[in-house]
Amino acid sequence: MTAEAAADADAPRRANPLLDFCRRQPLGAISFVVIATMMLAGIFSEQVSPYDPLNIDFASILAPPSGDHWFGTDAFGRDILSRIIHGARTALVIGFLSSFIGSTSGAVLGAASAYFGGRIDNAIQRVVDVLLAFPIIVLALVVVAVLGKGLVLGIDANLIVAIAIPIVPKVARVVRAAALSVRAMPYVDAARAAGYGNLRIICRHMAPNLVAPYLIMLTAYIAQAILLEASLSFLGLGVTEPTAAWGLMLSGNASDFFREAPWMILFPGLAISLAVFAFSLFGDALRDWLDPRFKT
Amino acid sequence: MRRIITAVAAVAALAAAGPAEAQSPKRGGTLTFAISAETPHYDCHGSDTYATLHFSAPFYSTLLRFDLDKYPEVAGDLAQSWTVAPDLLTYSFKLHQGVLFHDGQPLTSADVKATYERLRAPPTGVVSTRKATFSDIDTIETPDAQTVVFKMKGVNAAMLEHFASPWNCIYSAKVLAADPNAPKTKVMGTGPFVFGEHVKGSHVTGTRNDKYFRQGLPYLDGFKGVFMLQAAAMLNALQGGQVAGEFRGIAPAERDRLVQAMGDKLRIEESSWTLNLLIAFNTEKKPFDDPRVRRALSMAIDRWGGSQGLSRISTMRAVGGVIRPGSPYATPEAELVKLPGFSKDIRASRAEAKRLLAEAGVPNLSFTLHNRNLAMPYTPAGVFLVDQWRQIGVTVDHKQYDTAPYLAGMSSGNFDVAIDFSNLFMDEPSLGLAKFVSFTRAPENRSRANDAELDALFDRQVRELDRGKRIELIKAFEKRLFEQSYQVPLLWWHRIVPTHKTLMGWKMSPSHNLGQDLAEVWLNQ
Repeated sequence: MTAEAAADADAPRRANPLLDFCRRQPLGAISFVVIATMMLAGIFSEQVSPYDPLNIDFASILAPPSGDHWFGTDAFGRDILSRIIHGARTALVIGFLSSFIGSTSGAVLGAASAYFGGRIDNAIQRVVDVLLAFPIIVLALVVVAVLGKGLVLGIDANLIVAIAIPIVPKVARVVRAAALSVRAMPYVDAARAAGYGNLRIICRHMAPNLVAPYLIMLTAYIAQAILLEASLSFLGLGVTEPTAAWGLMLSGNASDFFREAPWMILFPGLAISLAVFAFSLFGDALRDWLDPRFKT
Repeated sequence: MRRIITAVAAVAALAAAGPAEAQSPKRGGTLTFAISAETPHYDCHGSDTYATLHFSAPFYSTLLRFDLDKYPEVAGDLAQSWTVAPDLLTYSFKLHQGVLFHDGQPLTSADVKATYERLRAPPTGVVSTRKATFSDIDTIETPDAQTVVFKMKGVNAAMLEHFASPWNCIYSAKVLAADPNAPKTKVMGTGPFVFGEHVKGSHVTGTRNDKYFRQGLPYLDGFKGVFMLQAAAMLNALQGGQVAGEFRGIAPAERDRLVQAMGDKLRIEESSWTLNLLIAFNTEKKPFDDPRVRRALSMAIDRWGGSQGLSRISTMRAVGGVIRPGSPYATPEAELVKLPGFSKDIRASRAEAKRLLAEAGVPNLSFTLHNRNLAMPYTPAGVFLVDQWRQIGVTVDHKQYDTAPYLAGMSSGNFDVAIDFSNLFMDEPSLGLAKFVSFTRAPENRSRANDAELDALFDRQVRELDRGKRIELIKAFEKRLFEQSYQVPLLWWHRIVPTHKTLMGWKMSPSHNLGQDLAEVWLNQ
């Protein structure tokens, strides 16, 4: 492809990037709609959920899906649809915050590692090697066990940190790889020759070129974080009852009643699958859309 | 329909178990069973969780024990015979000859004396949760190596039953002299099994004590107690035959699942349970030092409605006061409903609760509920309470901890409100009420409250030999307790025990603390 052809290909994107994304990445667009719907449900959960998710109704214990309870009720007679809607908030808040903290920390470490090189790079990469040696769930379990619970504004900050930490080395490794090639660019040498400080070079000249891999990792790890939060809650180490959370809805007495009330695990399981699938597809689509190598 | 099938299957399982129980015991084999919590330490005297007893009981003997075939009658364990003076102030026990500790040292009356001295007046740094129960012991005499005589300060009509408490593990005087806290970390008893190993987070093992003093016992070569904190894992292990039983109790839904999956391979035994959940308010913390706040929180709970719902999904079932409902000293329902927190008119109760909170200056109260990370029935109880208190505008942060930090948090007073338990082994009021006397007398009183009026009522009912008068004193005790609401009952439990048909000789009772020495258990395989 010539430079002119590439410029022509980029023209519609500059004109209307959203339309361009939808045209080039239809699956990504559908995923985005699913994500947006979940976000809206999470933000306006009080308004859209038919019942209070904590409200116990012993008269409706294990009620099957019906006009009154579309997704049925659980062992306490709580409306499962309402708990899934409120659970979206828990999943998205923990997912977004964990992924943001983990990805941003990883990006900063990766960029610094690539830029400074030498001993600093070596030291950071060896720590990253150690962290990468642990499976993500094992590392999160260790962090949760060590930190315990720490509620800040009703959110378990330690759980967010526990999920964020395993993300850091993975993002750091990817961003470092991208930053190494950016560092070799003539304009970075020029900035250094002009006497700019390290912070300015990293933030002003390197960071804009690292945004694409960062955004892709951020989105992809939201899915991982949601899955991890669900796993930790399922294991009894995440959020605790009676908070509405998808992973928690699969654990506890859901396993006792899954034969006579399969809806107790069916719908939360679908919610987790849909969320993870949507974020994964969206991350892939974003990568394809932003990476010039995939444009042809 | 499913319930009917389950009930029929359970009855059939029981009926089928009958003739098998009459078989001659077979020797040998290792029993593997599940324990759904891991003990924080090994010391029977300082514990009130079954996790300690299901771990330690096979290694120890007690002076007397309950005869589970004639419960609540008592039988001798280390005591071969005993006499009680007509004035009920002197108890003399004659010990079996030739009883040996697992290290080969002979057991004498000095060991019994050292054990009971530790129970009634624990040295500094030692916790005895039976201190209040045995505070009536004046002196312990040992006229010879096989005789021990207890002289009492006052009459306690249920003293023999207290001597049969499964928590009174007899320790070696020599071990206690070297370190009074040794039983927390070291096992040295005269029980039917010798301690093998304790792998934390995994299991405890014991091997047959060949020199056990009860002739011909135990039948088993050994046992392995596997810690299974997740109910699902325990049920799968039972179903798959990895464990032969779980002796604490399971929920109705879990029973149904097992009966459906295992059919006639499973034995299900059910009983009401001498165990209830309590709500303890930390009276050393504001605003729980205010009786209006405590009473309001108790009054907001719909115990009668909760009983109907929770009994379907958990081991909780009956509404009652501090004595097991249906037992001889229990307060009848007609009188119970007049006490604060037990009214069937929940709307009126909650309206009064809101008024009390407003009057106390905390209309929008929020606090942390300290709970145990044990699915049954602690999690349903926590979920239920959060919902009940929300209905009077109270916000609750529900936190669950594993057994060790849960107990440590309550013992140290590091909580606002806790879901505690009253783990009894008999219906005798001198046991059931002991947890509610002043904290200075009863360290197991999690509310940390001191109340001279309750103490006086407790002492009077212990001494009272006239049954009618005693019942009146117990009612007065309950009235005072519920008005002050230091600790209030939530619901009493219903015990459902699943065992494989191959497991024989284990006896069901209303308490999961009894019959756990496994001496008469055998495997029919």
